[in-house]
Amino acid sequence: MASTDVAGNVPAFLNQNPKDRIIVLGVPLPLLERVGLYVLLAAVVVLPMVYDGYDIYEFGKILMYMLAVLGLNLLTGFNGQFSLGHSAFFAVGAYSTAIMMDQLGVPYWATIIPAAAVCFVAGFLFGLPALRLDGLFLALATFALAIATPQLLKYDGIAHLTGGVQGIVLDTPYPPAWIDGIVMSITGEELSIDRWKYMFTALVAVIMFAGAWNLVHSRTGRALIAIRDNPLSAKTMGINTSVFKSAAFGVSAMYTGVAGSLFAIMDEYLAPESFTFAEAIKFLVGGVVGGIASLFGAIFGGWFVLEIPNIADLAASSLENYINNPQGLTGLIYGLFLIFTVYVMPMGAAGLAQILVHKISTRR
Amino acid sequence: MDLFIEQTVSGLASGAIYACLALAVVMIYQAIDHFNFAQGEMAMFSTYIAWYLMDDAGLGLPFWIAFVVCIIVSFIGGAAIERIVFAPISDAPVLSHIIVFIALFSMFNSLAGFLFDFTPKQFETPFGHTPLIDGVISAHRAGMVVVTLIMLAMIYAFFRYTPIGLAMRAAAAAPESARLVGIRVGFMLALGWGLAAAVGSVAGMLIAPITFLTPDMMLGTLLYGFAGAVVGGLTSPLGAVIGGFLVGILENWMGTFIVGSQLKLTVALVLIIVVLLVKPAGLLGRVVVKRV
Repeated sequence: MASTDVAGNVPAFLNQNPKDRIIVLGVPLPLLERVGLYVLLAAVVVLPMVYDGYDIYEFGKILMYMLAVLGLNLLTGFNGQFSLGHSAFFAVGAYSTAIMMDQLGVPYWATIIPAAAVCFVAGFLFGLPALRLDGLFLALATFALAIATPQLLKYDGIAHLTGGVQGIVLDTPYPPAWIDGIVMSITGEELSIDRWKYMFTALVAVIMFAGAWNLVHSRTGRALIAIRDNPLSAKTMGINTSVFKSAAFGVSAMYTGVAGSLFAIMDEYLAPESFTFAEAIKFLVGGVVGGIASLFGAIFGGWFVLEIPNIADLAASSLENYINNPQGLTGLIYGLFLIFTVYVMPMGAAGLAQILVHKISTRR
Repeated sequence: MDLFIEQTVSGLASGAIYACLALAVVMIYQAIDHFNFAQGEMAMFSTYIAWYLMDDAGLGLPFWIAFVVCIIVSFIGGAAIERIVFAPISDAPVLSHIIVFIALFSMFNSLAGFLFDFTPKQFETPFGHTPLIDGVISAHRAGMVVVTLIMLAMIYAFFRYTPIGLAMRAAAAAPESARLVGIRVGFMLALGWGLAAAVGSVAGMLIAPITFLTPDMMLGTLLYGFAGAVVGGLTSPLGAVIGGFLVGILENWMGTFIVGSQLKLTVALVLIIVVLLVKPAGLLGRVVVKRV
């Protein structure tokens, strides 16, 4: 190795984060990323002051999908395990929240943490047999899981909990009185339920995103990445690959599951038909188009999967006279974007941004 | 006992469909080491083409002509997909392939709804639905088994006795050596895809009279096809066919006597995971040893 001198001393620049040496328009890259994060955070805070009604509900949905995609990114992008079955964990989270609210009368805000725990355990347990399946076979097993899930949710034996085909109608998540009071004293008007739903979702999403950020930049995160890049050498370095891989499955399921919880709370209703394989495809599309090995990519991916159906509807309505079944357009556009991404930008939008940064950056 | 025999026979009939799909899955797995997650949707789309050929609003052709035309169209379509979509990324990592398969899945599924709308359609059968042998099996289900067996015999003969079948087997088993003896491996891959799509289209046309024609009709069926392929062994076409029939019978036994019809797909899920964990080579597959 050329990076150590004869005495075995490591040159100073190697102790530094290599990213620190990349300068974009006079600013070091990590600083730029940090600023980007704060700008996004500011946007998340400002949005409910500007928007209301359906608009703010949509922004909440973007954050919800961002979390779901983040779960898949942590598993596939950072740990190298495939899943086509994350709609199942999305369902576990949603149904955990719904059953706690419906059967036990737990308030909606208190269901998030237990639901996250349930999803972590479910993911961890599914990850155990998955340890013995690599790449393709894991994809097959999770594909089967995604397809079996809606039928399992309709099963009569558990219908007294899940509501069977009818699903569960949930209570409206009203804001706590003290928050209502604060908002009232500042703005002089009542906090609308849509705005509150967004604020609640945003709070959970920001905490979870920060958690993922710290996880990826920690010792554990580096271990996960090492397992992805070369399982054998990771093992040689003393990383317990089985534990880390199962735990990665658990954490990933937890993220997607919490997204499911938020889905149930925001929509106040859930039914088995919301958790089909199409939902798993959505997460995959979001992950791949945004950039599967990127946290920022998940934000873009969340926006993408929510906006594409709207754009497809718009395209269809302008062609109303020629097209009979505009619902069909969405899946077609998803598919085209997936193929386009694989061919042209395998690292997704985040990878594209990275290439742009490198083009305009200088190295110290 | 009557119920037992009835369920076994009707399991054999649906097993014929699973055997077709399992065979299609194994043919592609043999050729490129990947599962075609879009196999079911390709078959579904082929079935829509056949429906269009037969329907009065379409071309109004008789069943058997539509049947043959649909097989030919599917064959060409399958080969075209390999050449256009998969040939450029043959060296890409596993994830890219899985993504493209899912993309095809999504595209065919929505394209079918887009072109032919989402309402379930009746699909006619040339065999009719009259019950045979004291109502143990309907004429259509019996026809399903017969058509499948004829097709399987033809495919067996093709691979066993024709030079081009031999060349295809060589291209799948050892692409580089095959290229050295003058076999056009890329062309053979396209042929394999075409054949798999054609076999899938037969499965689709046979099952559509039972399930009705909808864009989602193949989802569960494909899962059973995968289960059949895994049970029989992913490296063995004969195993896939046997696995398909076994899974069909097992599905009906489990559905009727043990778990009830509501957990049929879960049975397939458990079957796939258990076989992959306990005996990954399946019944007839060979154990692949990889150098690390």
